[in-house]
Amino acid sequence: MESRIGKFWLGAGYVFLYLPILTLIVFSFNDSKMVTLWGGFTFKWYGVIAHDTEVVDGFLLSLKVALMTASASVCLGMLAAFAMVRYKSFFGRTAFSAHINAPLVVPEVITGLSLLLFFVLCQRLFGMPERGVFTIWAGHTSVGMAYAAVVIQSRLLEMDKSLEEAAMDLGCRPFQVFYLVTFPMIAQALMSAWLLTFTISLDDVVATAFLSGPGSTTLPIVILSRARLGLNPTVNAIATITVAVVAVGVLAGSLWLNRQERKRAAEQAAAYREGTLALAS
Amino acid sequence: MANSPASAAAKVDDSRFVRIDRLTKRFDEVAAVDDVSLDIEKGEIFALLGSSGCGKSTLLRMLAGFETPSVGSIYLEGNDIAKMPPYERPINMMFQSYALFPHLTVWENIAFGLKRDNMPTDQIAERVETMLNIVKLKPYAKRKPHQLSGGQQQRVALARCLAKSPKLLLLDEPLGALDRKLREQTQFELHNIIKKVGVTCVLVTHDQEEAMTMADRIAVMSEGRFKQVGKPNEIYETPSCRFVADFIGNVNMFGGTLEVDQPDHCVIDTMHGKFYLDHGITGTQDMPVSVAVRPEKINLQRDPPADPQYNCLRGEIADSGYFGSFSLYRMNLASGMKLQIQITHTERHGELFQRGETVFATCAPDSLVALTT
Amino acid sequence: MDLAKSLAKNRFARLLLKDWGKLTVIGIPYVFLILLFTVPFLVVLKLSVSETDGIHFQDLSTYADGVVDIKIKLSNYIFLTTDPLYIETYWSSIKFAALNTFICIFIGYPFAYFMARSPASMRPALLMLVSLPFWTSYLLRVYAWKGLLDDHGVFNNLWMWMGLIDEPIKMMHTGFSMTVGMVYTYLPFMILPLYANLVKMDLRLLEAAKDLGATPWKAFWLITVPLSKNGIVAGSMLVFIPSVGEYVIPELLGGPSTLMIGRVLWDEFFSNNDWAMASAVAVTMVVLILVPLAIFNKYQADSGGVRGV
Repeated sequence: MESRIGKFWLGAGYVFLYLPILTLIVFSFNDSKMVTLWGGFTFKWYGVIAHDTEVVDGFLLSLKVALMTASASVCLGMLAAFAMVRYKSFFGRTAFSAHINAPLVVPEVITGLSLLLFFVLCQRLFGMPERGVFTIWAGHTSVGMAYAAVVIQSRLLEMDKSLEEAAMDLGCRPFQVFYLVTFPMIAQALMSAWLLTFTISLDDVVATAFLSGPGSTTLPIVILSRARLGLNPTVNAIATITVAVVAVGVLAGSLWLNRQERKRAAEQAAAYREGTLALAS
Repeated sequence: MANSPASAAAKVDDSRFVRIDRLTKRFDEVAAVDDVSLDIEKGEIFALLGSSGCGKSTLLRMLAGFETPSVGSIYLEGNDIAKMPPYERPINMMFQSYALFPHLTVWENIAFGLKRDNMPTDQIAERVETMLNIVKLKPYAKRKPHQLSGGQQQRVALARCLAKSPKLLLLDEPLGALDRKLREQTQFELHNIIKKVGVTCVLVTHDQEEAMTMADRIAVMSEGRFKQVGKPNEIYETPSCRFVADFIGNVNMFGGTLEVDQPDHCVIDTMHGKFYLDHGITGTQDMPVSVAVRPEKINLQRDPPADPQYNCLRGEIADSGYFGSFSLYRMNLASGMKLQIQITHTERHGELFQRGETVFATCAPDSLVALTT
Repeated sequence: MDLAKSLAKNRFARLLLKDWGKLTVIGIPYVFLILLFTVPFLVVLKLSVSETDGIHFQDLSTYADGVVDIKIKLSNYIFLTTDPLYIETYWSSIKFAALNTFICIFIGYPFAYFMARSPASMRPALLMLVSLPFWTSYLLRVYAWKGLLDDHGVFNNLWMWMGLIDEPIKMMHTGFSMTVGMVYTYLPFMILPLYANLVKMDLRLLEAAKDLGATPWKAFWLITVPLSKNGIVAGSMLVFIPSVGEYVIPELLGGPSTLMIGRVLWDEFFSNNDWAMASAVAVTMVVLILVPLAIFNKYQADSGGVRGV
């Protein structure tokens, strides 16, 4: 009985999670001015957004900011994670830890507002920076590095510390330990941190709205301004492309990871069998 | 204490290969290693034996260079290396978890340390080849660590340490990660390889069998100090204190007082009976002394011995267990104490004692040890 | 190798290197966060209590004729705490965030439970399906509900076509549409920590409970639920805190009756251009979030629990 309720609950849950996305996709192919009334199949909205300079420019800017944000976040987040995991006592460690976690819980309206006011003040005092790519990047990175730090920190914590000691024991200087052993060990976590902060940045709208200036409009800002006015088939088309790219990417990624893991498990089992056989003989 | 190493020589004695001099390591005021001194000979396999938290691992990590001593020095061939970082020490360690680099193959793992020394490529290949032959893993060179069984992983770890021809090899619980059956086989293999290579070796273990079979000398550690340092048989047969007697193997211990103390013998009076020992102790009349005797040194007989005055205990068999090559008995004494006895079955149809039987336990004067501390 | 020599040569270099490394590792992210997080917030704090002349800052303290004159304007805060509209907004924000959290627990707990009890071979796929929406734009997912709940949206059209209703049901721009949007957005944040917690649970405990005479339902309430408390708390924090400050959902799905503090802040800033007031709202909002966070941290410290991020 439990399993029947379970299947129903899971099924209903997944319908709830995916129904909105599916309708978005379906109505992106709708040949009708009325967005939610089916009027035949068409690709025309994709043609429309391809020639919509606002959308294309917005996307390119978003991509640029996201690339910059993800790279900076991973570098800073890695340093922060190392600081937290490797140095158990230093001046202001509690404050540091609070600082790393704070961007995760502070609402984006506050992050956006405070950074904007800060940049306005800076501009008044030093004449820079202008609102634009730099300010958006700075805002995204202050949040992104917190996420990256969390991801990398958990990997560092589960890593066998004796690996690094072994490297040192075998003659590695501290920096060699890092690039010969630690880095390859945490590479996967760095990759997922990069992807996570990349999507967070690509997706961000609230902080960006505060920090973008004239001429620096990202794609989410374009979407928000259109969505505010009501339903818009071009937004559906953009959504469909996003979902397609993400679904393919995530599916391929997890299938690859799954296969790696299975292969590894099989090899381990084989090695174990071999070991017991050798012992028996 | 037998073999007391506290001969505090002020000047550095170059003749000793490894010399640990009054070493102390404190963590937040708690001394993990407390004023320990020790000499290790060249080519010796030395075991640090103790239960977890006794300071043996901290001592090993100080030798490796992962911990800096709070006080004291470590000399290797006369040079103080206590503050030298691990990557400069000619010392290599095999970790309990083996710490094989999972992203490198067996070959690359073994070559790892050699590459750090900037050894020419052809020499590295040659050296790795030699090491693979020694640990019999040549067909596995291209495998990754997770494709190896536990025993094979251990041999890779050993080869990786030995590849650099260290002056001192450190083994942290070398057999700890292996299952029981594999251990016995590996134990001898490991011992043979180390002896063949001729490297001086310090190993840490909590397993007394491992320590006794592998090591030339053992230090029994407790609470950051050495309780006794000596050859395996010395530690087993002539423990220097109650802790060591109790820690190594099984023992029956009787508390009593010193009645007669002569250079060649002594008599100790206990509530269970009187004991005659064929060695003297330095003590005073009536001082508290314990008598220790191993279960296998006791004989059982149904009839009272000719001279029941000394070294004879009367009691009733409480439990018996038949193990094939030997039997274990537990015997209730009149005093309420339970005595453990191990009888080896040297004859095929030797006699077995039954539960409830009244028997006499006897032991020879030279099988008893008097312990004052 | 001459040990003594190499030691002497390197001791100083090593000391320098070690501390230099530590300084870099800690210093760079620290400076970045202070510069782009703490200082900006101090600016907000300052602005919320300063006299403003449009968008011009004025110094809190002026030094003239040997007298330090400190001007702190608390009128913004007084206004915030007395104006019924603001009080209503705060109350409403907390109410919607709490409602969202409860609905997420109600839907998410059984969901995570059944996920954790499904065959091990299916779990990775089920887990991936929950986290997949994470990777697609959150803005677009909220927008999707507009199409579903609108007066001329998919649901109303469908029901009218089926003849269930004669005229559209008003769902959009109400508390209902906003709550649906919030639950939809934050449900995965509840499911994931709960799943992580439930999947690790030792099933033998339940067998033991049943063996000792507990009905499955009793075993669930007496064993499973108490043991998953950490997951519930972590999930609730991950849902409640961001819900309080939500802007996009009330903007796209909410209506005039669904007052949310994040949206009010936005309007004060972008529509009314009242920077000081926006700053005061921001400071109050942080206080509002710090309270549950402090309780959470205390709870974690007490139970030695794991972080559920």
